Amino acid sequence: MNVMTPNVIKRQRGALAAAPLAPAAWDALRKLHPRAQLRNPVMFVVLAGTLLTFALALSAGPGDPHFGFMLTVGAILLATVWFANFAESVAEARGRGQAASLRATRSELTGRRVVDGREDRVPASSLRRGDRVRVSAGELIPADGEIVEGLATINEAAVTGESAPVLREAGTDKSGVIAGTKVLTDEILIEVGTDPGDSFLDRMIRLVEGAQRQKTPNELALTVLLSAMTLVFLIVCVSLPPMAAFLGVELDLVMLVALLVCLIPTTIGGLLPAIGIAGMDRALRANVIAKSGKAVELAGDIDTLLLDKTGTITHGDRQATAFHPLPGIAVGHLARAAQLASLVDPTPEGKSIVRLAERSGGPLALPEGSTVIEFTARLRMSGVDVPGRPPLRKGAGDAIGRFVEAQGGSVPPALRGIIEQVARAGATPLVVAEGTQVLGVVALSDVIKSGVRERFARLRALGVRTVMITGDNPLTAAAIAAEAGVDDFMAEATPEDKLARIRAEQAGGRLVAMVGDGTNDAPALAQADIGLAMNAGTQAAKEAGNMVDLDSDPSKLLDVVEIGKQLLVTRGALTTFSLANDVSKYFAIIPAIFLAGIPQLAALNVMGLSSATNAVLAALIFNAIVIPALIPLALRGIAVSATSGDALLARNLLLWGVGGVILPFPAIKLIDMMLYAVIGA
Amino acid sequence: MTATLLTYLIAIAAAVPLGWWLARVLSTAPMPGEALFAAIERPLYVALGVDPARGMTWQAYARAFVLSNLVLGAFVYALLLFQGMLPLNPDGIPGMSWDLALHTMVSFLTNTNQQHYSGQAQLSYLSQLAGIVTLQVVTPMMGLAIAAAMLRALVGGRNAAAAREGDPRDVGNYYSDVIRLTLRAFLPLALVLSLLLTAQGVPSTFAGAAPATPLDSGAGMTEQVIPIGPVAPMVAVKQLGTNGGGWYGPNSAVPLENPTPLSNLLQTVAIILLPIAAVFMVGGLTGRRRLALMIFASMLLMSVGLTALAIFAEQAPNAASLGLAEVAANMEGKEVRFGSESSALWAALTTQTSNGSVNAMHDSLNPLAGMAAISGMLINAIWGGVGCGLVNFFVYVLLAVFLSGLMIGRTPELFGRKLEVHEMRLISLLVILQPLLLLGLSAFTLAAPTLTGNSNPGFHGVSQVFYEYTSAFANNGSGFEGLGDATSWWNLSCVAVLLVGRYAGLLIPLAVAGSLSSKRVAPSTRASLNVEGPVFAATLLAVIVLMTLLCFLPVFALGPIAEQLSLAR
Repeated sequence: MNVMTPNVIKRQRGALAAAPLAPAAWDALRKLHPRAQLRNPVMFVVLAGTLLTFALALSAGPGDPHFGFMLTVGAILLATVWFANFAESVAEARGRGQAASLRATRSELTGRRVVDGREDRVPASSLRRGDRVRVSAGELIPADGEIVEGLATINEAAVTGESAPVLREAGTDKSGVIAGTKVLTDEILIEVGTDPGDSFLDRMIRLVEGAQRQKTPNELALTVLLSAMTLVFLIVCVSLPPMAAFLGVELDLVMLVALLVCLIPTTIGGLLPAIGIAGMDRALRANVIAKSGKAVELAGDIDTLLLDKTGTITHGDRQATAFHPLPGIAVGHLARAAQLASLVDPTPEGKSIVRLAERSGGPLALPEGSTVIEFTARLRMSGVDVPGRPPLRKGAGDAIGRFVEAQGGSVPPALRGIIEQVARAGATPLVVAEGTQVLGVVALSDVIKSGVRERFARLRALGVRTVMITGDNPLTAAAIAAEAGVDDFMAEATPEDKLARIRAEQAGGRLVAMVGDGTNDAPALAQADIGLAMNAGTQAAKEAGNMVDLDSDPSKLLDVVEIGKQLLVTRGALTTFSLANDVSKYFAIIPAIFLAGIPQLAALNVMGLSSATNAVLAALIFNAIVIPALIPLALRGIAVSATSGDALLARNLLLWGVGGVILPFPAIKLIDMMLYAVIGA
Repeated sequence: MTATLLTYLIAIAAAVPLGWWLARVLSTAPMPGEALFAAIERPLYVALGVDPARGMTWQAYARAFVLSNLVLGAFVYALLLFQGMLPLNPDGIPGMSWDLALHTMVSFLTNTNQQHYSGQAQLSYLSQLAGIVTLQVVTPMMGLAIAAAMLRALVGGRNAAAAREGDPRDVGNYYSDVIRLTLRAFLPLALVLSLLLTAQGVPSTFAGAAPATPLDSGAGMTEQVIPIGPVAPMVAVKQLGTNGGGWYGPNSAVPLENPTPLSNLLQTVAIILLPIAAVFMVGGLTGRRRLALMIFASMLLMSVGLTALAIFAEQAPNAASLGLAEVAANMEGKEVRFGSESSALWAALTTQTSNGSVNAMHDSLNPLAGMAAISGMLINAIWGGVGCGLVNFFVYVLLAVFLSGLMIGRTPELFGRKLEVHEMRLISLLVILQPLLLLGLSAFTLAAPTLTGNSNPGFHGVSQVFYEYTSAFANNGSGFEGLGDATSWWNLSCVAVLLVGRYAGLLIPLAVAGSLSSKRVAPSTRASLNVEGPVFAATLLAVIVLMTLLCFLPVFALGPIAEQLSLAR
C-alpha cells in the first residue's frame, strides 16, 4: 500500500514565486515555431516581420551602413515574440504545477475492485466509470466516486489542505470521495464516477495547457477585435510606400516593419493567453475546479446567487436558547419535562436542550422502566414514556397538537402566539407536551456563521443579489435572512421550488449561480448558469454543476466572482493600454521614417529623439519590454474594487487609457537617451 | 462668432421639437393632421401592396431596404441614360455616358451627391426633378428608417414586452416608416424652407435658361446664357436631407443658389437640422432620454471642436500666398459675400453631417481646415448623415461598450444584451472596411498618376485623392475640386466606395442590433455599465478620436500636416 505525504496547497503571494522560470524560458523558445504562433494572429505578424527583417538584412549584407540596425531590429522583434511565448509558458507552468501536485499521487494508486463479490487489486488507471472498489481504514481512495455502502472518516488534506477529517456516508448528501484522499476509519464501497483521464482534475489541467486550451467566448471576441486592429495597421503600413512614392520619397522597409510591430496590439496580444490561463490557475489556487474556462469567465457576470441556509449561512446545528412556558406553567416544569424527553436524544438539538435545562436545574437520570419514543419522519415528534407519569412528547406544533387531541386534551389558544413570537425571532419552535397538557415551547436558534454578513455585503457591492433557500417557515426564514443580510429568501422550499426560482430569475434576464451538494440539487445546479457543487456532495451534484469546490465552502463563490471579474478587467485594461500606447509610437516613428524625404515632419519629433534609427529602436524596445514588465500583472490579475461600474470605469480609463497615452513618451525618451549614450546618434 | 453661435443655437432650438415630432411619426399613435396624412398614404400602401401595420424582422426590413433601392436605382439609371429623348428638356441636354450615369445614380442613391458633372449643364429638368430630387427626398428618409429599426432592435424590438429570449423581434415596417417620414416630416419641412428661399430670390421656375447681354463686351461674348429652373425646392431638399448635390456646379457659392446672408444662414442651419433632430428622436423612440442627451453632448463637443479648428485655421492668412500679400484671413476660393468665418463654418458642418454641399471651394482651404473637414467625414458620426450618422455613432458606441465593459469586469453588454463573437465579427468587418478602401484605393490611385487626374503635385495631391475617397465612403459628396474626376477610373472606383460606405455602413450595424435584439436582457445594477453617463461618454470620445487618429495619422502626415508645415516655414 502506498504511503502518502499530505500535499498541502499553499497560496503563493508573489505571482512569479511559484513558477519554474528556466523550463518556461525553454518552452517559450520551442513555441517560436510558426505553427504554434498561428493560434495568435498578432504575434504571428510579429514573427513574420522578424523573418522579413532578417531576410532584408542578409540581402543587404554586412557592407550596408544599416546592417547593424537591421540585425538589432530583427533581434528586438524576435525578443518580442519570445517574451509573449514566455508569458504563456510561465502561466502554463504555474497552472500545470498546481494541478500536477494534486494529481501526483494518483498514478501509483491501486484499488480493490469488486466483481461479482470477488475482489482483486488493480491499478487505478484501469478503473472505469461504474466499477466498484472497496477501501478500508488506512487505504487511499483510488478514484473519484461516490460511497454506495457504509460510512467512513476521511482525511482530505492531500486535496484540500484541510487536516481535520471529514465524515462521508452512503445515501446522504455527503457521499462524494476524491482520489488520493485517505480513509481513516471504517470500510466503504465506492462506485467509481469517472473514466481515467476524465476526472475533474484532468479536465482542469486541460484548461491550463496552451495547446489544448479552448479559447473562452469573450477571449474569442477580443481576439477577433485584435485581429481586426492588426489588419487595419497592416493596411496602414502597406499603403504608405505608394503614397510616399507619389511624393518622391522612398521608405526604408525595415523601419516600416518596425512601425507595423509598434502599432499592432502586441502587449495585449502577447499577454492574452497568459491572462486566460492565469484565471484558471487562480481558480485552482482557491481550490475550485472549473470544468470550463467559460464558467470562470461567466462568473464575473452573476446577478443572483442562490444558496441553502444550512451549512452556508448558519452552522446548521440548532441550539436551544430559551424556554417559553404557556400561561400557568412554571418555567422549571417545562424545562424539566423537556430535559427528560431529550435525555436519550442523540441529535445536537436534543443535547443542547439537556445542556440548557441543566444550567438551572442540574442533571437528571432517566427513571427505570422508561420507554424511549424515537423521532420518525411520519410522526415528526419524539419523547419518552416514564412509568407513573403522562407521556412526554416534543416536536413540531401541528404534530404535538394532534398528539394532545388524540390523548383527549386540547391545544390552548395562547400557544399559537408563542410559536409565532419564537419564529419571528428567527428560531425554530419546538413544542413540549405532557399527556393532554401542552407545557410550552423550546426555542431552537440557528447560529449564523461569523463573517457571512460581510461576504454578502461584498457580493452586493459587486452587483450580486443573494437569495437564501430554506425549509424553515417564512417567519423564521425572514428573521435569519435579516440577520445574515441576504437580499431575499425562499421559505419552505422544495427542490422543485429551487428549479422554478432559477428559471424565473433567468427569465428576468439574470445570470444565476447556485451552490448545492445534494442529489436533489442536481437539476437546479444544471439549470443555473454557474453551478458550484461541493466536493463533499454527491456524484450527481458534481456532475450537474460546472465547478466543484474542493473545500466544500459555499461562500467560495465570492472568490469565483472576483476571479471572473479580474479576468475581464485585466483583458480590458491591457487592450486599452496597448492601443493608447500607439499615439506616442507614431510620434517617435513617423518623423524618423520620413526624416530624409520630408524633413518638415521633424516638427512631429516632440520627444526630441536623437536620431531616426535610435527613435525606431527606442519605440521597439519599449514595445518589447512592456510585455515581460506586465507578466506579473497578467498572472495576478487587476484587482476589482467593489465600487460602482462608473467609478471602476473612470479609474481604469484614467490609469490604463490616459496613462497608456502618457507613459510611453518619457519611457521612449529615456531609452533613446540610453541608446545615445551607448551607441551614439 | 455671431454667425456660428446663431447657427448652432437656431439649429438646436428647432431640432428639439423636430426630434419629438420624428419620434411621433415613427410611432403608430394618431398625431396632429392624422386624417390628411392617412388619406395621402393609403393609396400609396395600396399601390405598393403592403400592410403598414405589419411588423418586420430585421432581416425582412433589410431586404425591403435593398429591394426598394434596386428598383429606384434602375429607374434613375435609365432616366439619366435616356434623358436626351425624354420631355422637360428645354435646353436639349443629351444622355449621359454609361459610367457617368452609373456614378451619378449610385451617388444619389447612396445619399452622397458626389457630382462628377455640372448639374445645370448636364441634367435635364426631368432628370433633376424626377431622378435627382426624388432620390434626394427618399434616401435620407431611408437612412433614418434604418436608424429607427436599429434603435428599436437595440431595445428588443416593438414586441419586447411580450417576446421571450430568442424570439424574432419586430423592428417596424420599412415601407410605412419611409412613407410616413417622407410625408409627415421631410416634405412639409422642405416646403417651408423652399418658400423662405424663394422669398430670398432663389429661382423657382420651369422656364428655360435666360439669355443676358454682358456689360463688358470686351470679353468677346455678345450673349451669356444663365441657366435657371426650379432651384429653390431642390436647394431646400439638398440642404435638409444631407444630400449636397446642388442645381449649379459650384453649389451654394453661386448667387442664384444662395443669394443673401439670410439665405446662407437658413441653408447652414438646414445642414445640421435633421441630423441633430435625429439625436433627440432617440429619446422618444427608445424611452431613454438620458441616452439621447449623452449622444447629443458627445456629438456637440466634437462638432464644436472641429468647427473651431476650421474657423481658426481659416482666420489665418492663406498659407500658400504667405508673404505675397497682406491679407487678414484666407479668402482664396471663397465668396466675398460670405467671408472666411461663414465659409469655414459651412465647410465644417457640411463634412460632419455627410451633406457635402459647399459655399466655398474646399480645395483652397488652409491645410488644417482641410484636415478638420476630412476628420469630420472620417468619423462620420458627428451628427452625420440623416439616420446614417446615428447608425455610425452606434458602431463607436459598441466598440466603446466592448472596451469599457471589460474594464468594469463584466462581459460587455449594451442595454443588458451581451456583445459576443458574432457581433464583434460584424463590427470588426466595418472597422477594417474603412481603412481598406480609403487607404488602399488612395495608395493605388497615387501610385498610378495616369489615373489620378490630379491637378496638384506633392502633399496637396495626396490630400485631394484621399479627400475624394473619404467623401465617397462617408457618403458626403463634397470634393477637393481640381481633381479631374470625370474619368472611368474615378467613376467606377467611387461607385464601389459609395456602395460599400452606404450599404455596409447601414446594414452591418442593423445586423448587429438585430442579433442583439433577441438576447437575454440582464437587469441593470450598480455594477453594470452606465452608457448614459459622462464617464462612458469620455470613453466613447476617446475611442472615436483614437480609432480615427491611429488609422489615418500617417496619411494626414503625408497630406495636410506636411503641407501645413512646409507652407508655414
